[in-house]
Amino acid sequence: MLLELKDVHVHYGKIEALKGVSLQVDEGEIVSLIGGNGAGKTTTLKTISGLRSCSSGSVFFDGADIGSMPGHKRVLAGIGQAPEGRGIFPGMSVHENLLMGAYARKDDHSKELAEAYELFPRLAERRSQAAGTMSGGEQQMLAIGRALLSKPKVLLLDEPSMGLAPMLVQQIFSIIEEINRRGTTVLLVEQNAQQALRLADRAYVLETGRIVRSAPASELLDDPQVRAAYLGGDVGDAAPAGAAAAEAEAGTVALGKGEAAETKPEAGGAGPEAGKADGE
Amino acid sequence: MSENMKKSASTAGWRGALSGPLESVRTHWDRAPGWERWAVYVLLVVGALFLPYEGLAPIMSPESAWDTILFYPIGIYVLLALGLNVVIGYAGMLDLGYVAFWAIGAYTMATMAVKHGIGFWPLLPCGIVLAAVSGVILGAPTLRLRGDYLAIVTLGFGEIVRKVAENTNWLGGTRGINNIPHPPSHEGVWLFGVDLFTYKIRDARPYYYLLVAVIVVVIIFSKRLEASRIGRSWTAIREDEDAAEIMGVPTFKFKLLSFATGAAIGGAAGVVFAAKTSYVAPANFPFLLSATILAAVVLGGAGNIPGVVVGAFLVAWLPERFRGLADYRDLAFGAILVAMMIFRPEGLIPSRQRKAEMAEGGGGMGHMGAEVDTSGSEAEVGSR
Repeated sequence: MLLELKDVHVHYGKIEALKGVSLQVDEGEIVSLIGGNGAGKTTTLKTISGLRSCSSGSVFFDGADIGSMPGHKRVLAGIGQAPEGRGIFPGMSVHENLLMGAYARKDDHSKELAEAYELFPRLAERRSQAAGTMSGGEQQMLAIGRALLSKPKVLLLDEPSMGLAPMLVQQIFSIIEEINRRGTTVLLVEQNAQQALRLADRAYVLETGRIVRSAPASELLDDPQVRAAYLGGDVGDAAPAGAAAAEAEAGTVALGKGEAAETKPEAGGAGPEAGKADGE
Repeated sequence: MSENMKKSASTAGWRGALSGPLESVRTHWDRAPGWERWAVYVLLVVGALFLPYEGLAPIMSPESAWDTILFYPIGIYVLLALGLNVVIGYAGMLDLGYVAFWAIGAYTMATMAVKHGIGFWPLLPCGIVLAAVSGVILGAPTLRLRGDYLAIVTLGFGEIVRKVAENTNWLGGTRGINNIPHPPSHEGVWLFGVDLFTYKIRDARPYYYLLVAVIVVVIIFSKRLEASRIGRSWTAIREDEDAAEIMGVPTFKFKLLSFATGAAIGGAAGVVFAAKTSYVAPANFPFLLSATILAAVVLGGAGNIPGVVVGAFLVAWLPERFRGLADYRDLAFGAILVAMMIFRPEGLIPSRQRKAEMAEGGGGMGHMGAEVDTSGSEAEVGSR
């Protein structure tokens, strides 16, 4: 097991954002964490990358308890993150942003740099442009590329599809798949549940700070309750990806609280072999 | 690498935003060969040495002694602004109590020299170190705060230092400390009709030259820092503190370092100031001065040394120049500041990077007000 959260509680002041989250990510997997607004998805990622400290519970990475390790050291341990809202350095050029990704490394990073430019040719075109002046999609690419420069064992992606056009979402997701194929474990946080479930091996459903469901992604994709809550009801898989994405958003907003809350937490989850949704 | 980064950042990509003679000068400067840069540096220093020339006095300050004004407020403001620039311009932290570090430097000189007879030169490093240490003491518990909260705490710190000085007999209370000795003199070294190392009460020019020397050292120091890994870490923190942390920048350590560096420069200014005026009192260190220095940094262009120097010069000089307007000069000064913020919100001579940050909508003050400004917490708030 590469990454494990055990009964993690996180507070913002008196508000409890995470109420005992446990999840596991195995090496080589794509694991998705889906849930509506305010479910605690971003908080979970911030807890893993060390931007938030947990009030109780523990975080294990690569066999070691990293609960008390400061954020900047977790990068060296192998946790890379593309933060929500892109979190790039707006005044730095694209190239400088990428180099910041290798900030903590002392070894040669030219291979990863070339790889980032190869995965995102768009970034190579904009090499010397100030990152803040780029479009949302390009900034998202930069955030992912920058995270790759730290040569992470696990890549945490926080809503890479947020605010992007459907075409671009497709593109980003296929690049995520490619990154995973090249050997990086991915933990993907998404509101765009449809897309995320098609990509992921396994998924967790997070709701108001608790994991309410965990299963192979394909299973969740077919699960009537999850479909009702996050995937826009009965609209078929046949719908084009863009439309489905939009519906997934709509579904989240119109989330019927009762149904989803009744789903019982399911311990364990399935292994990486569970297979992908054949939707792609 | 940083040279490369700078070059690539400043050539392509920026062209769209470039306009006006200032930008073309800057583009030229970015490509200028080494000898040209050095020539300009030397000219600037020589120009600074010529500033006290009597012929300039009627133009620059018809109502008050020009050479005195050059030392204080102009020279001291420039030095303080350079120090505050490290905190605000580089690391993007809003410090509203900066004057406290200046006071600590000045009081170090005052107490140690008057009560223990220690000379100026040993006290200069002492004042610098003491100010830096107090920067760390203030910073360690408070730098976990961001933006407005940090500003409030530093504002409080500035007032505390002043109040402590006011209420401590050992520090002279409200009456302060006088008869602070001047730096030791070495007579007979003449330059432009000034006895260069003769620190007496009558001639302000040697002190001014001393200050110029300190300013030059501080500028070189700042420039080196800016181009270093430390400078890049500060930039990352300023632009997105959370992102910096997850890139592996030990943000707390670097914020503390920036605070201590800024404080040290303030301390140096304090020691020189006390040695010149031979009198310090709590009234010399009001909150208003912290605000004025902040105005100088922002007006000139936070993060850009030429901008900061020009800003500080104007903020110090304009009120003196228009002394004839009596009480209206503050009004005029305020109007100029407001106009500046409307027409050039990024400052007179902004750093290019700052401009890009502002274009992105970060407010150009780095993460002042970060707690509501960072995209992460914004979404967090929005989602609740």
